[in-house]
Amino acid sequence: MTKDMPMPKDAKIQAEADRNRELLRTVIVGHVDHGKSTLVGRLFHDTGSLPDGKMEAITEMCRKRGMPFEWAFLMDAMQAERDQGITIDTSQIWFHTEKRDYTIIDAPGHTEFLKNMVTGAAQADAALLVIDAGEGVQEQSRRHGYLLSLMGVRQVAVAVNKMDRVDYSQARFDEIEAEYRQYLNSVGVDATFVVPVSAREGDMIAMRTDGDEKANMGWYKGPTVVEAFDSFKMPEPLSHQALRMPVQDVYKFDDRRIIAGRIESGKLRVGDRVMFSPLNKSSRIKSIETWPDSRENPTAASAGESVGITLEEQIFVERGQIMSQVDNPPVETDVFRARIFWLGREPLSVKKAYKIKIGTLQANAKIESVERIVDTGDLSNREAEQVERNQVGEVIIRCKRMIALDEFTENPNTGRFVIVDGYDIAGGGIISMEGYPDQRSLSTVKSTNIYKVTTNVDRAARERRNHHKGGVLWFTGLSGAGKSTIAVALEKALFERGYSTYVLDGDNVRYGLNANLGFSPEDRAENIRRVGEVASLFSDAGVIVLSSFISPYRSDRQRARDSVGEGFHEIYVATPLEVCEERDPKGLYKKARSGEIKDFTGVSAPYEEPAEADFTLRTAERSVEECVEELLGYVGHKFDL
Amino acid sequence: MDRLDRLEAQSVYIFREAFNRIDKMALLWSLGKDSNVMVWLAKKAFLGHIPFPVMHVDTGKKFPEMYEFRDRYAEEWGLDFIREECPPIEDIDGEGLGPAARSAARKTAGLRMATQKHGFNGLVAGIRRDEQSMRAKERVFSPRGLEGNWDFRDQPPEFWDQYKTDYPEGTHIRIHPLLHWTELDIWEYTKREEIPLISLYFSKNGKRYRSLGDQDITNPVDSDASTVEEIIQELRTTKVSERSGRAMDHETEDAFERLREGGYL
Repeated sequence: MTKDMPMPKDAKIQAEADRNRELLRTVIVGHVDHGKSTLVGRLFHDTGSLPDGKMEAITEMCRKRGMPFEWAFLMDAMQAERDQGITIDTSQIWFHTEKRDYTIIDAPGHTEFLKNMVTGAAQADAALLVIDAGEGVQEQSRRHGYLLSLMGVRQVAVAVNKMDRVDYSQARFDEIEAEYRQYLNSVGVDATFVVPVSAREGDMIAMRTDGDEKANMGWYKGPTVVEAFDSFKMPEPLSHQALRMPVQDVYKFDDRRIIAGRIESGKLRVGDRVMFSPLNKSSRIKSIETWPDSRENPTAASAGESVGITLEEQIFVERGQIMSQVDNPPVETDVFRARIFWLGREPLSVKKAYKIKIGTLQANAKIESVERIVDTGDLSNREAEQVERNQVGEVIIRCKRMIALDEFTENPNTGRFVIVDGYDIAGGGIISMEGYPDQRSLSTVKSTNIYKVTTNVDRAARERRNHHKGGVLWFTGLSGAGKSTIAVALEKALFERGYSTYVLDGDNVRYGLNANLGFSPEDRAENIRRVGEVASLFSDAGVIVLSSFISPYRSDRQRARDSVGEGFHEIYVATPLEVCEERDPKGLYKKARSGEIKDFTGVSAPYEEPAEADFTLRTAERSVEECVEELLGYVGHKFDL
Repeated sequence: MDRLDRLEAQSVYIFREAFNRIDKMALLWSLGKDSNVMVWLAKKAFLGHIPFPVMHVDTGKKFPEMYEFRDRYAEEWGLDFIREECPPIEDIDGEGLGPAARSAARKTAGLRMATQKHGFNGLVAGIRRDEQSMRAKERVFSPRGLEGNWDFRDQPPEFWDQYKTDYPEGTHIRIHPLLHWTELDIWEYTKREEIPLISLYFSKNGKRYRSLGDQDITNPVDSDASTVEEIIQELRTTKVSERSGRAMDHETEDAFERLREGGYL
């Protein structure tokens, strides 16, 4: 063909069609030796996707090693792999069917190579799980199914390979299909198809063999592997969900101040008012910038696009913030629950400091507790102090500061994170806020046009008249720990000694000030916020407040401390759960155990012990009088002028 | 978004991550079709500016057309351009290597020297997974040891677009923004964006270069394709591999594996 010759019309139409050919990314996983690489080799050969000379090259490699022809060499590029006959790392190759193009990510089956399997699966839109018909469903097969679900791969087909080794037995196939489908369902994966194949013989890969004279699997009427691939759906960007754009960077290369980021979900338009969490400053979008300058800037963009925008107002914006619409923002919190997988050489421990990354955000964090380890084989749970390499578990993570995120079920892109240990990404997980409140409303001032009034009688004057400082003794602990009993007894003792005091008690404020609040995590947090503010006012009036609230969340108590200032004293009434439950003065534990009360602290809702209480009372070892005695000394020391 | 839009968005994201997380980085410009696409994507990512140097590690053995192209577009694209030279071939330990692989080893040495000279912590390279099976195993952010070596047996995990951006003193990270592109994608994008190219890619007397390296170790392939459209048509039907004209890949079965382990691109 020369330059002048126009392309034939058909070819032109074909070229148009080809350019928009879909590309679906798929991962192939399975137990070591269940024949993944062979299946891939066969898939390439049977769809005509092999480059010239590749067959000859593989034949030559096998001849040199004195072994029969081995399909697996197609993917196992590294010499170390060829020699050991295993796949060391994920590899990717491309093949095509009449319908579309595919990337195949080969993920190794060895247990110790979990990180590569995770690396492979995370990039996939769909997965093919390979099971050996002879060996059947193995621990690895279950584990892979579980991890695919955890990584967010929901489209899964299964190939039951090496059917030739079981004489193409339908009974054997049915047995494996039933067992594996049941397991996959239990982890939230619904396999689209389960296909019996023989990769070595080429049965049911691209070609049906039920019609030919061999009729190895005439009993099977479902799709071939290629047809199963073609039945997968293309992933849709999350354009219809709420806007989320994690800020990647802010550029000032010229007179424009450009906020750079990728839209993870939703849409944005020039003129939209957007908000940046967690600082919650808002502005209107002025423009969407692009290069080359010769092209007109767009006025809208949606999920999947990497954009650069400018704002009308010059508000403070930095990497890690999430841009959203004002009325549909992400969750704000410093603590969350997560289902994680751990790949680190050292176990994941509550003692160490880590870094987490959610999208472009990076925060220092600690593992507050390991809730449970999940056995991916039978899905049973057990308790543990730490998460070992290659284990899956549930943990509570606490960050050093407030961050913006989503629950994984709400938005997968902003609801997952990785854990960095030293220089290395050592684990990943998905976020749940179960049992924890969104702290956004607690830290946001809703009213505008409010001005603080300064009075003529200041705090120091009030304290001089009382002969002691104002402040708060914040009693926290489980229900039945003895908070109210001690607070009431201490108040009497203080009052008799001439102190100005007041008791704020959980049950009492719930009749009045907080009558509109229940016991959900959000309501509990709001309950404590109000009490903290009231305590702060009393304290400002020069009074010693004795507040008695379970106040189970560390962040709520911190907020109360911030509100009160230096007169805040956290008194931890450290009574073990067993002792509280035995006391059970209000019969609440009994009701919680029977399920009559939901979200009960210590039983079905978390209690976060103070990390650095100002004073700790061990009521199991001391009488009320002894506790009061100890506290009188503390108060005298801290509050007397 | 079509296929090219998605590829572009992903590459832009990678560029922006690298620029934010890596202290001192440079883009390796080999003057070929892939690295031109890469320069183009960097200009998109940073809205017309490339806020880091663009470096050509010169073997001195490139085609004259390549040098002309380099000098013209370094100017036209407003690049912060650096040229570094490779050490003489006599300085390269060629034990167990064929002549072409030894040439490649020289390039690796040149790259290592340039990296140390400028103190780069990050090098952006235009390799693609579909070029070669060793490259298929690569990470987008791929750590290199003190000697620039690649430990392919123990690579970091990489998922959910979270990359390895923490590295010890003295080591560096290779960043691969085109890793997920195919040869055909490169041509389709070159066509759509009207990105300039070296004329050697187009057929002359029934031959054209499909991949450009040093003059003495790169061979043209049989082809009549003389426009970008014709090349795209050709690639749709060919079964000849892209690097078949690169001598160094074929001297021994594991030639490329050993080159890459030592730090070759």
